[in-house]
Amino acid sequence: MNYHIIDNISRAVALKDIPTVGYAALYDDLRERLKQERYHVAHYFALPDDSQLRFYVILLDDEEHRIMLASFTMDYYDDTALPSLTALHPAMHPFEREIAELYDVEFDSMPWNKPLRFPFDRRNRNSTMDNYPFYTIEGDSLHEVNVGPIHAGIIEPGAFRFICNGENVLHLEIALGYQHRGVEKCFAATDNRLRQTLLAESVAGDSAVSHASAFVAAVEKLAGRDADDNLVRERAVAAELERMAMHIADTGALSMDVGYQLGQVACEALRTMTINTTQAWCGNRFGKGLIRPLGTNKPLTPEKIDTIRRNVAEICRRYDEVRQDIKSSPTLLARYEQCGVVPRADMLRIGGVGMAARASGVGRDIRASHPAGVYASIPHESIVKRHGDVMARLMVRCREVLQSADLIERLLADFTPVPNPSRPDYEAALAPESLAVGLVEGWRGEICHVAVTDAEGRIAAYKVKDPSLHNWLALALAVRGEGISDFPICNKSFNLSYCGHDL
Amino acid sequence: MGTALNTILMITVALLTTGVINRTRAILAGRKGVRFFNHVNGVALLLRKGSVYSTTTTSLFRIAPAVYLGAAVTAMLFIPVADLDPLISFEGDMICFAYTLALARAAIILAAMDTGSSFEGMGASREALYGALVEPALMIGFATLAMFCGYTSFADIFAREQSFDLHLTIVMLLTAYLFVKIAFVESGRVPVDDPRTHLELTMIHEVMCLDYSGIDLGLIHIAGWLKTACFSMIAADAVAAVCCFRWWFAAPLAVALTGLAVGIVESTQARNKLARNTTFIVTVTALAALIFFIGYLLQLDINI
Repeated sequence: MNYHIIDNISRAVALKDIPTVGYAALYDDLRERLKQERYHVAHYFALPDDSQLRFYVILLDDEEHRIMLASFTMDYYDDTALPSLTALHPAMHPFEREIAELYDVEFDSMPWNKPLRFPFDRRNRNSTMDNYPFYTIEGDSLHEVNVGPIHAGIIEPGAFRFICNGENVLHLEIALGYQHRGVEKCFAATDNRLRQTLLAESVAGDSAVSHASAFVAAVEKLAGRDADDNLVRERAVAAELERMAMHIADTGALSMDVGYQLGQVACEALRTMTINTTQAWCGNRFGKGLIRPLGTNKPLTPEKIDTIRRNVAEICRRYDEVRQDIKSSPTLLARYEQCGVVPRADMLRIGGVGMAARASGVGRDIRASHPAGVYASIPHESIVKRHGDVMARLMVRCREVLQSADLIERLLADFTPVPNPSRPDYEAALAPESLAVGLVEGWRGEICHVAVTDAEGRIAAYKVKDPSLHNWLALALAVRGEGISDFPICNKSFNLSYCGHDL
Repeated sequence: MGTALNTILMITVALLTTGVINRTRAILAGRKGVRFFNHVNGVALLLRKGSVYSTTTTSLFRIAPAVYLGAAVTAMLFIPVADLDPLISFEGDMICFAYTLALARAAIILAAMDTGSSFEGMGASREALYGALVEPALMIGFATLAMFCGYTSFADIFAREQSFDLHLTIVMLLTAYLFVKIAFVESGRVPVDDPRTHLELTMIHEVMCLDYSGIDLGLIHIAGWLKTACFSMIAADAVAAVCCFRWWFAAPLAVALTGLAVGIVESTQARNKLARNTTFIVTVTALAALIFFIGYLLQLDINI
């Protein structure tokens, strides 16, 4: 089948260059391709185009570093059911569910047509989020435990329904959508590029730098201009600092949840040090305001470079001690090992991405498979573990922190600040009727932003995909057969985003 | 006079232990920590507040904190502080002590079930299981003391005349260790339970008190302190019986034993996986049985 093939450093693609094929051909092609591990779908969505609905598929080929684009159209009011790909490849479920709930497209033999983030079922508006029929199992020895949707602490809303046999979880169903804010619509609702950048930073608060990087990547591709070398380096440093901060924070959270105080306080201190380093650089602890299209307001100066290098070296040294402590503590190993296992085959089937997938032996990493920016010149070696348990996810985090610290040191060691660094350009004209893909490896995994422009070069439609979209299902699988009291550490080991999923 | 001092000392031990635990943890974590009597202030605040009751609960839920505290106070009155006399003392009072605490546990378990919450039901089931498992350890521990000293009342056991005896020393120190272990289980500390956790799904004791607020919660906290104090004092008495059987030695020792032990364990060790708690508690029982056996052999006075 015919795809338009680009890579992660190509410019935007004109919409008319994306081949339009019949659904049957696409279905047959994807059915075969998705059986191979090298392919996975980065995004699959529909956009209204006059009287038609145009569906775009963005397929990633990890081995040959290709991004493959294809589309098909369907009459807007056509209600023929399309054969469901989810039935063959469960990894497609969030995409088909989204299309179904947005445009009432019916997918034939779709195994699980649950609304993705709508507060009600499109076909039956009496079925709302409040009376959502969770999956049930009958049995005298079973009991249900409901957690949420309002979190007892400080995190976001999500409803978790456990079916338990005594202390053991038989099944967990997760209902999300409580954080749906219409982020994608907001991008298209304004023409103000700065406002759009701020929106991208707010898609998920813990991935501000990564989401903003994906947005500026898409915009720069549409503008047909490349960021200069220093800018590219600064963005990589910011992204790696974010990765370090979040991985350290999660190490602390995992220690806290098993009552290991020393690990918790050490990591809390280190995480503060990391985000304070970001603050010393740009004035915001989460790196907001740092990533701007085609320029920066917060260029690195020799003093700032010095601070970052010194702090990162210190954090790296102290974190390594925590890592050794965790690895050599039998009580911690007893909690983390063989807990919340997601086998490799399951992770592949559900299309897991990012560090969670790498902990299960699925080496998906945009930095290695679709390099752009500094990763194109410095080959990235992904850290992959096999066991797929909480310990594996923790160890992937630990190793990635040290790896990020190395990379930051390497990028900053020969960084030469220029006297007049480029300033952000919010007015750059975008290519009309084009599509650009911003593909970035955030700390949680693959972040994919897709911008589509209209005839005047305005962003007409915007699609965001956070890695949590795929990985929430991995959490539900991880706790099957575990004790319900181990759910918190399984959950923390993934640390998925509610707002990134709900948008 | 001695009896009054005994009761006052027990209450003081109960109040101080949590402070020592908190301070130990803070120091080991490299922090300054909260004020020493922060927990007392917290409970004093709770005692001045009213309670909110869920509409699904019955009077069982409202009575339980009073029963819980009442039982804990009664249990406390059985425990001597070294050479002082406890308020209540009679032949077989150690059995009465054990089952007064069991009554407290039963009351709080029933109250948790009464709320109809799935969280609290899980907590109650865990508490019932661990309570049942730790009971043999407690009883065997008491049996060792009774067998070795020939009395079944705390006051009589510890108030033997002072003379150095190697056999007695061995048994007493081992028993002290056993009771510190039991104190960990009974007061719901790491590695069995984690009183600081915010995760309802992993809680044991805390989750049963989720529906309590204000004065009721205050009473439950006080009862918990008293329970811990009872076990620390038994352990301290056992140690004091072999070196310095004086109240001014035993009372600070009780605070230090539990305070430091719990503080250090909670700082350096992770909590057990819940399924492993049963193994941990059964091991405590096995330890009790072993100590009983050692005590029996020593009493036979065989040459080792």
